[in-house]
Amino acid sequence: MILTDITETLNFANVTSAIDNLLEQTWGLPSWAATTIECVLVGVGLLLVYALLALFYILYERKICAYIQCRVGPVRVGPWGLLQSFADMFKILIKELIDLKNVDKFLFALAPYLVIIASMMAFAVLPWGRGLQIIDFNIGIFFLVAVSSIGVLGILLAGWSSANKFTLIGAMRSGAQMVSYELSIGLSVLTMVCLSGTMSITGIVEGQNRLWYLFQGHIPAIIAFVIYLIAATAETNRGPFDLPEAESELTAGYHTEYSGIHFGFFYLAEYLNLFVVSGVASLLFLGGWQPLHIPGWEGFNDVMNHVPSIVWFLIKCFVISYIIIWFKWTFPRLRIDSLLKLEWKYLLPINLFNLVLMAMIIFCGWTL
Amino acid sequence: MANIQEKIAKLFPEAVCEQFDTLQVTIPDSRWHDLAVALKEDPDLCYDYLITIVGMDWKTSMGCVYYMMSTTRGNDVIAVKVLATGDREMPMIHSVYDVWAVATLYEREVYDFFGIVFVNNPDMRRLFLNIDWIGYPLRKDYNDDPNINPATTRSERQSDFTQSWVEEPDGRIVKTEPRIFAEDDFVVNIGPQHPSTHGVLRFRTAVDGETIKKIDVYMGYIHRGVEKLSEKLTYQQTLPFMDRLDYFSAHNYHHGLCRLIERAAGITISRRAEVIRVMMDELSRIASHCLFMGTFCMDLGATSMLFYTLRVREQILDIMERTCGARMTFNYDCIGGVMQDLDSNFQQDVKDLLAVIPANIKEYNKVFVGNVIAKQRMEGIGHLSKEDAIAYGVTGPSGRASGWSCDLRKIRPYSIYPELEFDEVLATEGDAMARFKVRLEEIVQSARILEQLVDNIPEGEYCVKVPKVLKLPVGHWWEMVEGCRGVFGLYLESDGSTQPYRLKIAPPCLPAAGVVDHITRGMKIADLIAIGGSLDYIIPDMDR
Amino acid sequence: MEVTTKSMPYEAWKDNEYIENLVKELQESGTNVIVGQFDKLINWGRSNSIWPLTFATSCCGIEFVSLGAARFDMARFGWEVARSSPRQADFMMVAGTIVHRMVPVFRRLYDQLAEPKYVIACGSCAISGGPFRNSYHVAKGIEDIVPVDVFVPGCPPRPEAMIYGIMQLSRKIKVERFFGGVNRQQSQEQFLREHPVEGLDVE
Repeated sequence: MILTDITETLNFANVTSAIDNLLEQTWGLPSWAATTIECVLVGVGLLLVYALLALFYILYERKICAYIQCRVGPVRVGPWGLLQSFADMFKILIKELIDLKNVDKFLFALAPYLVIIASMMAFAVLPWGRGLQIIDFNIGIFFLVAVSSIGVLGILLAGWSSANKFTLIGAMRSGAQMVSYELSIGLSVLTMVCLSGTMSITGIVEGQNRLWYLFQGHIPAIIAFVIYLIAATAETNRGPFDLPEAESELTAGYHTEYSGIHFGFFYLAEYLNLFVVSGVASLLFLGGWQPLHIPGWEGFNDVMNHVPSIVWFLIKCFVISYIIIWFKWTFPRLRIDSLLKLEWKYLLPINLFNLVLMAMIIFCGWTL
Repeated sequence: MANIQEKIAKLFPEAVCEQFDTLQVTIPDSRWHDLAVALKEDPDLCYDYLITIVGMDWKTSMGCVYYMMSTTRGNDVIAVKVLATGDREMPMIHSVYDVWAVATLYEREVYDFFGIVFVNNPDMRRLFLNIDWIGYPLRKDYNDDPNINPATTRSERQSDFTQSWVEEPDGRIVKTEPRIFAEDDFVVNIGPQHPSTHGVLRFRTAVDGETIKKIDVYMGYIHRGVEKLSEKLTYQQTLPFMDRLDYFSAHNYHHGLCRLIERAAGITISRRAEVIRVMMDELSRIASHCLFMGTFCMDLGATSMLFYTLRVREQILDIMERTCGARMTFNYDCIGGVMQDLDSNFQQDVKDLLAVIPANIKEYNKVFVGNVIAKQRMEGIGHLSKEDAIAYGVTGPSGRASGWSCDLRKIRPYSIYPELEFDEVLATEGDAMARFKVRLEEIVQSARILEQLVDNIPEGEYCVKVPKVLKLPVGHWWEMVEGCRGVFGLYLESDGSTQPYRLKIAPPCLPAAGVVDHITRGMKIADLIAIGGSLDYIIPDMDR
Repeated sequence: MEVTTKSMPYEAWKDNEYIENLVKELQESGTNVIVGQFDKLINWGRSNSIWPLTFATSCCGIEFVSLGAARFDMARFGWEVARSSPRQADFMMVAGTIVHRMVPVFRRLYDQLAEPKYVIACGSCAISGGPFRNSYHVAKGIEDIVPVDVFVPGCPPRPEAMIYGIMQLSRKIKVERFFGGVNRQQSQEQFLREHPVEGLDVE
């Protein structure tokens, strides 16, 4: 039974319980103190991973974009340009925060924090690996969808409070876009929840132990996956759906007036949202941190089990992000009316039909 | 020509017809509007395309020379000279904005430079200079003391009103001040510093939600006064300015001015020089259209396309650099031929270029033209009918996309173009997609021209001897060439000295900007970007 | 102190004297060890992350586009994040002629840039007015409007020259002091005091 052995060693729950033991039993701390320390540790760890991932993503996109455009991309700062985004971060941190006249100062300052908090909260519930998850709700996926849409509030506030016509148009576009595509995301998630029968994130991941949901649910799952990818690209305001910050139309869209670290927050949140939607896609369709299993191929499955679960999760995220970045550097931007038409006239009816189809397939037991 | 002269003489006995390089009709201002209507409407005359209005200050009198072309009847050009009435304080000519739509803009330009008021023109603001500018710079007695009009950081005074001089039925001329936008319009300023205006152009856009109600094009952010500068320089010294107008058509513009001066001075150039000039023209056309495709796609959000099209452009720039010694401002064509002989590898380089073009065109089609989103963004957007294209004077690939056969290389062939085999690319749709496709196809046609010439460059001298300081006889000349963006007209008047008395540049981009308001009404803001990109105007060319 | 960039020998730079004088000036005033180290870290970040404002008026702007394209690829240095909003850009490449009507707009754009901000005068028009110097509507160089950090001559400068110019700017940033001491901010402030925006009431 190599299989169980290896997954046991790679289970991150061992580490967390070891820390818990160390605090409570070896050091003899009261449980409230232990919990507080653990919370702080988790928080610090989360922030660190958040920042590092965002910086990595910035470089990742710049490299992919360079590759698509026959260029080399950043190469001079650090080996292979790896430190480029660190340099950018140092610079953004010390840039001046411009104090503007005529803006609603409180809302203007609040907006970037709302955006970054929303993406951070969504980030927190992602299942990173076996046992590596901060909190396991029974409505985890619901929570994820809910908090990730707080971000639009930040964008609307940013656009409105800047007292600038471009930002206002950007924010209005963003509002219309987010509200519409939230539907598609919700419905395609619902389709998958139908299949899994649970909203708990652990439950969803465990359910894909044998086979990923993308294959289990075959036709409706694939339709849901495609719709999810489109809607997720729109949710993260990335090309070809980057209307709220359409550079060639609206200068820099809703964050035109932001400078320094406030702009940095929007910038980081954009990339982190990309990671979050990729994470959700891999969680719902590609088995989260579950390795690739093909029923019947015992030897293959065994080899796959030797890859740590966190590596699986990250690889899946990066691949999906790659596809989304690929979209951006390939397609021209949509126009606002065709953007809304796409959602309300095509994606939504298809999605509703797909939900019924999925329910029927589950009812008849035609899942793989 | 003779029957046109007769016809005009019959209709307007007071008109004086003279034959220079074009037929020139001189008419008093009181009859000018009637003549304009007759010139446009009369089936025997049918001059429906107003090429330009040349404002003139002859020291004792002021006036305008109008150049018109007939698009339906042999593409011949006629000039009409109108002297302004009134004193130098306020010279006046009747407006013909209702005859040719593009005149609205041209008359504003003349007003800005000469202070000639066009009666009845609804929008008689200054075009390039500030509202509070003192003096009219192209007048001969203009005081260019920098203290009168200093470069100041004070924000420019903006006005919501325009001005207009209207003739009352009883003949009195009354000044009115109509509003530009309605009082409760939501006006968004797009530009002058905006990523998609391709430079420093400003659109004051009245929007209703995302729908455009009206656009006021506000230019002059790169007006450099080339025409006035030329009047203080020798003929050879005026040439380098041509590089800096439309920097993509540098060779074509040089070609035009050189032809004009050579014709005026009676210089014949060698065939080798002609062939070299035409080859350079076509190379710049390919480079220009490549960059157009790149920036246009970038405007639509497909940034990657720029990098693919710039590959070909870099290759052309290499060829140019080896021969001309520069990447952009070549100053290659000179009076009497070209500056220096071709690089020894030129032929091979051009052949290498011709070898990669078909594959590239295929790639562009694959990457962009077939794209669903691209189609949606371009098809049916910014529709410009053939009649409007002529009325607004939109020439070049944009005009040809509306079905107007306006390629001077075909309709009024110059240089060695009559001997060459190529097709004029025409489309009928008149939308952004058609404008894009016409340019794509023109690359192929330019490549065809190059193919015919590359192995047939005759031997001979590349430049004939021309005096260092050239003197032209007294007179005036008109010349048109096909730039990369359309008809590039030049008017030169000489008083017999070593410097031009007046050099008027009629750029193709000015009318292209003038038509923006007309074709964007009712479209979305995003379409404005697509339309602006597809018209492909170059701001320094428009502003001069 | 030799200030250079990765894989660029010191001798390859053309105006080392200027930088050496700047360094000398800085060292004379002395600095705290900790602050000095911190400065170094921040300057490493700043000098390697200079984002341009997409700003071009004429021909030089097209060469700036070429600079971003695959052959010259300014992304190698991390300069490709061209921001359209001046609030987020670090430097302004003044590519092209600045004419009278553009002067107030240009100055406003400069004022909108967030500190620390830099200006590169690119091409002869921006430096002196170039071939249009005698015109009635052209500003004779941008030096009287904004403080300029680097001049890049040429008409238009080749993309290589632009790369060299921005590298010089990066070198200049490297020797600046962010915390205290003599820094360029003072001279910049002095310039702005001497060249106020006309017609603007300062509160």
